[in-house]
Amino acid sequence: MKKYLLKRLVMAVVTIWAIITITFLLMHSVPGNPFRAENKMPKVVYENLLKKYGLDRPLSEQYFIYLGKIVRGDFGDSMKSRVETVNDMIERGFPVSAHIGLQALIIALCFGPALGAVAALNQNKWPDYFSMILAILGISVPSFIMGTVFIQFIARNVSWLPIGGWGEFRHSLLPSLALAFLPMAQIARLMRSSMLEVLNQDYIKTAKSKGISKATVVLRHAVRNAILPVVSILGTVASNLLVGSFVIEKIFGIPGLGMFFVMSISNRDYPLIMGTTIFYAIVLITLLLLVDLAYMMIDPRIKLTKEGR
Amino acid sequence: MKKSLVLVLAMLMIFSIALSACAPKAPAETPGGETPAPTAEPKILRTNNMSEPGSLDPALAQGTHESWVLDHCFEGLMARDPSGKSVPGMAKEYTLADDDVTYTFTLRDGITWSNGDPVTAHDFEYSWKRALDPDLAADYAFQLYYLKGGEAYNTGAGSVDDVGVKAIDDKTLEVVLASPTAYFLELTSFYTYYPVNKKVVEANPDWAKDASTHVSNGPFRLTGWEHNATITMAKNETYYDKDAIKLDGIELSILADENTAWQKYEGGEFDFLTPLPQAVVAQLKANGNPELVIGGEVGTYYYNLNSKVKPFDNVKIRKALSLTLDTQTICDKIAQGGQIPAEGVVPFGMTDENGGEYRNGAGKLAEYNVEEGKKLFAEGLAETGFKAEDFSKFSILYNTSEAHKKIAQAAQEMWRNNLGIEIQLENVDFQVKLDREKAGDYQISRAGWIGDYIDPMTFIDLWVSDGAFNDAKYNNPEYDRLVKEAKNTTDQKIRMENMRKAEQMLMADMAVVPVYFYTQPYAQKPYVTGVFKPLNRYPIFTYADMDMSQR
Repeated sequence: MKKYLLKRLVMAVVTIWAIITITFLLMHSVPGNPFRAENKMPKVVYENLLKKYGLDRPLSEQYFIYLGKIVRGDFGDSMKSRVETVNDMIERGFPVSAHIGLQALIIALCFGPALGAVAALNQNKWPDYFSMILAILGISVPSFIMGTVFIQFIARNVSWLPIGGWGEFRHSLLPSLALAFLPMAQIARLMRSSMLEVLNQDYIKTAKSKGISKATVVLRHAVRNAILPVVSILGTVASNLLVGSFVIEKIFGIPGLGMFFVMSISNRDYPLIMGTTIFYAIVLITLLLLVDLAYMMIDPRIKLTKEGR
Repeated sequence: MKKSLVLVLAMLMIFSIALSACAPKAPAETPGGETPAPTAEPKILRTNNMSEPGSLDPALAQGTHESWVLDHCFEGLMARDPSGKSVPGMAKEYTLADDDVTYTFTLRDGITWSNGDPVTAHDFEYSWKRALDPDLAADYAFQLYYLKGGEAYNTGAGSVDDVGVKAIDDKTLEVVLASPTAYFLELTSFYTYYPVNKKVVEANPDWAKDASTHVSNGPFRLTGWEHNATITMAKNETYYDKDAIKLDGIELSILADENTAWQKYEGGEFDFLTPLPQAVVAQLKANGNPELVIGGEVGTYYYNLNSKVKPFDNVKIRKALSLTLDTQTICDKIAQGGQIPAEGVVPFGMTDENGGEYRNGAGKLAEYNVEEGKKLFAEGLAETGFKAEDFSKFSILYNTSEAHKKIAQAAQEMWRNNLGIEIQLENVDFQVKLDREKAGDYQISRAGWIGDYIDPMTFIDLWVSDGAFNDAKYNNPEYDRLVKEAKNTTDQKIRMENMRKAEQMLMADMAVVPVYFYTQPYAQKPYVTGVFKPLNRYPIFTYADMDMSQR
């Protein structure tokens, strides 16, 4: 187990290094830079700014300076904010995004598998159609429409639900719900198809013929096996939710991390682009590892190390 | 087997608790909460600031998302009265020497910083030199190039000691300009010219990063700054004119989405709102809703024509493009915010040497005349050897935005109908557009300019041949000469005459195609009064009041 974790750690470092290098190259190959604006800024001032932020140096030099900083855990100064460093922004934004994302994840996990299971157990009957219509809506309606509809029809009519903004628990309800729809739908669909497959397996028939109650068959045998594909996508789903969504955060005015992913690129705020990308990579890699560990617990047949076989 | 399911769930739970534990608590502080009046509800005006300020240090500010806060927290040597006119602010009086470049300002008595320190002439000297310091690398330092030696110091060619600002004593500030500048007094109310507290800044370079250490000298002071969420200001009780300030505070949310902000305004969570979604403005206007105010603005929306690219180097082609663009229809049917079809590059609102409207003297320099346009276009084609079909290789470059796209589509359609050409549309990200304009890699590009101060020069000097924003690459030595001469005198007659001539020249050459003059529509609830909108600034709440019984 220790050996396995060590191996994963080394892999993670290599992956992150590759991500840093690719992002760095891509980012600098896009035209534009942080200091161009619609103003009468003289060339000398512009060049002075480039110099202050080290953008006048050769790209390779900038790259190694950046790597040196990253090793020390320093994401550098934002080129657009003179108030917060990139580390500050992530430290402040991540808990907010994670709060919303986690609530969304809980909603998705509570209802997604249940909807999928109910649909599979009632294949081609109304609960199936109902769940799948809900799932198709969740997948096909973009989140900016979902968010706008929530604001227009729920927040405007329910006095204790604020229209947008951040601060109290009630501010987080609608965005969490809007954010939960897509993963909930994905999980429900995945659960339905894997459940259908499992229900046709011989061991379910055996269990049924042994006279075990339907509830036990479903819960102990069917759900447990059917949930495996759901667990496998959980790492990606959870990391997407936790680091925040640009659209949801913009519509509801949430000071999270999601905004930075898009804003940093349109502002060409190089350190923030790198910072958010690396941070996302770390979250994703960590969650994927957790998922693999969870997998092993759910299905004892899966062994992570060769020695275990 | 149940055990392992439980384990997974438990893991998720622990993870969730760990995460929610680090979620921030609700912002505890509201500005009104600090000094609650026992009887009346505090008058906190609530509105929206579209984006997070990059800094609340006046020297480092770059745009309205910063200056809207700064305009309420700070005050320069001159200020604006409720009608928007320039009036003495921190300075009670000034004299201008016969050389037309030496100003001596005398500061008002009893002016203090929000921490109680007196505001002195030394603060002004320190602040202006600090903003010009090349090590500070302030984006807007060039706003101080009017000072003698300012440009040299900022660009590393001169010394700080040669900058033309000096505190003679605590109350007297001597300012020497590089050349006579008729609008210098007004410039001193521009945010780059706001003072900072020398003692505070020297003791703590990070003073402007947090509300608790932020010190200012204006009618309001910063009391809270939740990044990307809210900015709160409370009335500054040490402000010399505090009796004229009726509001107890201002609360700015930071919401990037115009539609959500509008929902909050309609839902009664905001008392005031600008900017408004385009469709909302059109609807409010159509319904004659009294909450909508079309605020004046000094700004021009125009299309650059790249004079370094054939056939846009041909004046007849350029003029034909302008003559066949129906700007009235663009204003009425597309922009729909009360914009005015542009008659030139200088918008309405500037006064001439006789105190009249500058625009009236300069004349209508751009018009819609299809017949004339067609004629010139045919001649232009003959002169350049181009064919109408060739124009399908060219495009209008604009930064991705629904509003710019609609206008570009309208222009495309008008030119197709009137000239029989098929210009392409090309939308790119804003930074890419700026880069390509600088590199001259475009044919037609959309641009806009909002005046920094209220004088035609803020527009006219854009097109001098070495102008930093002269993306049309206009180059006319006579134009340069007229501008230079106007910039070196305070004689209004010569200045205005030169600027009128320059504008007429620019429009005769049709270096850029003016489209419309901007407006700034805003919405305010009926119980809000006393808001005023200076032509070149966001609406000011300094003298605003609210009838709380109506809220």
